[in-house]
Amino acid sequence: MQPNDCTYICYRLVADKINSIMRRDVFQAIADPTRRDIIVLIAKKTMTPNTVADSFDLSRQAISKHINILLECGLLSLNIEGREYYYSIEPKKLAEVNDWLDPFRKMWEDRFTKLDKVLNNLKSKKNGK
Amino acid sequence: MKTQISKDLQNRKLIIKREFNAALESVWSAWTESNLLDQWWAPKPWVAKTKSLNFVEGGNWLYAMTGPDGTKIWSLVEFISIKQNSSFQTISSFCDENGNKNSDMPIMNWKNEFFTTNKGTRVEVEISFTNEKDIEKIIEMGFEAGFTSAVGNLDELLLK
Repeated sequence: MQPNDCTYICYRLVADKINSIMRRDVFQAIADPTRRDIIVLIAKKTMTPNTVADSFDLSRQAISKHINILLECGLLSLNIEGREYYYSIEPKKLAEVNDWLDPFRKMWEDRFTKLDKVLNNLKSKKNGK
Repeated sequence: MKTQISKDLQNRKLIIKREFNAALESVWSAWTESNLLDQWWAPKPWVAKTKSLNFVEGGNWLYAMTGPDGTKIWSLVEFISIKQNSSFQTISSFCDENGNKNSDMPIMNWKNEFFTTNKGTRVEVEISFTNEKDIEKIIEMGFEAGFTSAVGNLDELLLK
């Protein structure tokens, strides 16, 4: 039997917690170092396609491919101002990525709250109650 | 008491620390005896039930987590080293009800350490991932030291 995502959650596996919360491709998107660099650049200020491409020693085609992946998974958005296209970061999406430990934390807190009770019971028993 | 969770990404580790208002021997028992483990190990709404536990080096703990819909997931925890009332290390795998390991599933290495403090006992759990490419990927990807700080203006961005 292959456990489903819920199982993973209960099995303290970070990877699959994330899977159950959001699409996996966000994580695949930022698994690439160039794409992370692009995110960091654009998080600092919005950029046009040309300025992004100029910031890297890679072909425009390669950069454009990376940007498309970031657009597809919703980490970047493309806006038009006047005649200029520019990219900006989607902070909410990025925040989701940043909070990846939260479900894991919650699971441990739940578990330890139970353990507190177990330990209290042990104490009561020892005290002859 | 507050649960502290941190990550050591270079070594693909997660570290969990928590203090308990109880004597070290009691906390140790709660982590190593099946009748006590069954009472707290499963995160709600799951329930843990031990099939067998032999807490010696080379021994193992075979247990099932049962979900609200009756789904049973089996785990095998192998005890690698034990320093009584101090620390123990395990390897945790998914398996079937007879303890046959499922090699397609992730394997985790655990180190659990116990320290006496003024308030009671501090437990430090270190979980490291080895075999699971997905987990490696996730830990490698956006979360290397520096990524979060590089996008340190995230809070500001979120206010926009």
